[in-house]
Amino acid sequence: MSIYLNKDSKIIVQGITGGMGAKHTALMLDAGSAIVGGVNARKAGTTVQHKDADGNDVTLPVYGTVAEAMAETGANVSVAFVPPAFTKDACIEAIDAGIELLVVITEGVPVQDTAEVFAYLQGKKTRMIGPNCPGIITPGESLAGITPHTITGKGPIGLVSKSGTLTYQMMYELKEFGFSSAIGIGGDPVIGTTHIDALAAFEDDPETEVIVMIGEIGGDAEERAAEYIKANVTKPVVGYVAGFTAPEGKTMGHAGAIVSGSSGTAQAKKEALEAAGVKVGKTPSHAAELVKEILSAR
Amino acid sequence: MDLFEYQARDLFEKHEVPVLAGIVATTPEEARAAAEQLFAAGSSVVVVKAQVKVGGRGKAGGVKIAKSADEAAERATEILGMDIKGHTVHRVMIAAGADIAEEYYFSVLLDRAERRYLAMASVEGGMEIEQLAVERPEALAKVAIDPLVGIDAAKAAEIVAEAGFAADIADQVAAVIAKLWTVFTAEDATLVEVNPLVKTGAGDVVALDGKVSLDDNADFRHPEHAELEDAAAADPLEAKAAENNLNYVKLDGQVGIIGNGAGLVMSTLDVVAYAGEEHGGVEPANFLDIGGGANAQVMAAGLDVILGDEQVKSVFVNVFGGITACDEVANGIVGALDLLGDAATKPLVVRLDGNNVDKGRAILIERAHPLVTLAETMDGGAAKAAELANA
Repeated sequence: MSIYLNKDSKIIVQGITGGMGAKHTALMLDAGSAIVGGVNARKAGTTVQHKDADGNDVTLPVYGTVAEAMAETGANVSVAFVPPAFTKDACIEAIDAGIELLVVITEGVPVQDTAEVFAYLQGKKTRMIGPNCPGIITPGESLAGITPHTITGKGPIGLVSKSGTLTYQMMYELKEFGFSSAIGIGGDPVIGTTHIDALAAFEDDPETEVIVMIGEIGGDAEERAAEYIKANVTKPVVGYVAGFTAPEGKTMGHAGAIVSGSSGTAQAKKEALEAAGVKVGKTPSHAAELVKEILSAR
Repeated sequence: MDLFEYQARDLFEKHEVPVLAGIVATTPEEARAAAEQLFAAGSSVVVVKAQVKVGGRGKAGGVKIAKSADEAAERATEILGMDIKGHTVHRVMIAAGADIAEEYYFSVLLDRAERRYLAMASVEGGMEIEQLAVERPEALAKVAIDPLVGIDAAKAAEIVAEAGFAADIADQVAAVIAKLWTVFTAEDATLVEVNPLVKTGAGDVVALDGKVSLDDNADFRHPEHAELEDAAAADPLEAKAAENNLNYVKLDGQVGIIGNGAGLVMSTLDVVAYAGEEHGGVEPANFLDIGGGANAQVMAAGLDVILGDEQVKSVFVNVFGGITACDEVANGIVGALDLLGDAATKPLVVRLDGNNVDKGRAILIERAHPLVTLAETMDGGAAKAAELANA
């Protein structure tokens, strides 16, 4: 088992012909993902050539729209590598087509665009991950994103993180155990899937035995996640928060402080998590030690 | 990016939000000329306002009234160069004096937690808004804004009604709120705040002081926003880093930091600070995220900036090769040291893990540069870098 993504997921790539799209299509195929095609309105009807995980040639069709790609291939997941200026339209197209999972890798999307997309997908069937995220990997089954699939394999740990490289670091520290799924939700102010969404999914996933949650300064997502854990999560959770020594970021003015209701500091997040019974590591390797203790005591 | 008051005023004017005349000045002579212009246009009094991106300037003596151009120049002389909560005043705005009958508050901003926008309004403006929110929360109306609908006429009327604006002024305020919403969307802002929004003696509604934060991610559709950057305020090292498209923040410590990915670099700062507790209290000197493509040029540019920081005593390069291959990073470091030559004088601790780590370490071992020490782990590397900085 896993969350959101498994070996049966059929993936299309929006922006499959671009530099990032082509590079990561190859890497996703190498990870064993079932990539079934791509989308680029200007190159509809053409194909792109890649190799699968066994080194066999793969010819992927390029469609004009997400709807067409889904109708032809039965795809249920889309990974978007689309420039920031076109990301909003690409997301709306995928949502309108009824894609189940939309993973938006693109960095630098204007926050008003993301806010519109998030409002648009309310009540629709699409789950969005990102933007500005590494995506999701279910080791040994499928990768929808840019997480390196070579770090580790399948196992009992579920991981949710704002940061890509910290996700990789943590997977590396715990490579002897492996992961059910590892999801990078992205560090933008507005994101589709939150820590809480992932915590709920891992709680329901029978394969996940321990959950690792990585946060960082800014906003109050970690504090809200802590409240959620206290009320709803029975599995052990280990936390790590980055940014204890980072300088204060750009303040959003007085009005912003009122809304968040939290200072957004690493210390405040750590305390909130600990108050919810989460063991919080001082460093990534310390957090990894805490996970090892839990798994060794099984 | 947070704007100065005068920049917010100019954006308001561009979108037809009612504002008073205001002219920015960087010298007392410019202040005098600006005041003369305002007096000639009919002002009976002008206000000299310090332009700093921090609240509480009035209490700090950064806002003064002048009744003549000479007086405006004198007040500008006093205010320019003043330090307000750590911000040096480089500019003043000479604004037409307002005949204030009532003061209100309005803001619209991104509500991260709810992933939509929030409008706030109050008929009790002028004071610190946090104070109002704590002491009299019932006096601050909060209205959620759907990003797909925005503030249309109906929503503006709802905000005005929620805040309890008097009937004689309600339509005027609603019209100003609709225009401020245009500022928010047309300029890709994350915050538009007016405090105070005033009713003048003549019964007009005017935005007297504004605060605007713009979304840097939207710069591609606002090339004109580049002119709003405050180049003078940037640290010289930060300016140099920005020229090379490096994500760099100068801090006050001794251990230079280079890493890939914002989360890992933030984490590296923390780990170095903890290690510093054992080594004379040394601290991280900077935040520098070189991102995914750590080639020799990027690494050289990053090292060049960090080595230009006189406070730096050692450098910790902490890279996890995800997609980036460690051998490319190692080649980047070697290439950077070659490019810098004798300019590279401080010890480098390098920790590489992940993709092609063995090849990466082999490159550094073979080169055996006298300044480079290899570390096995992130914590170990931080400890070594802290130790070298304290040597």
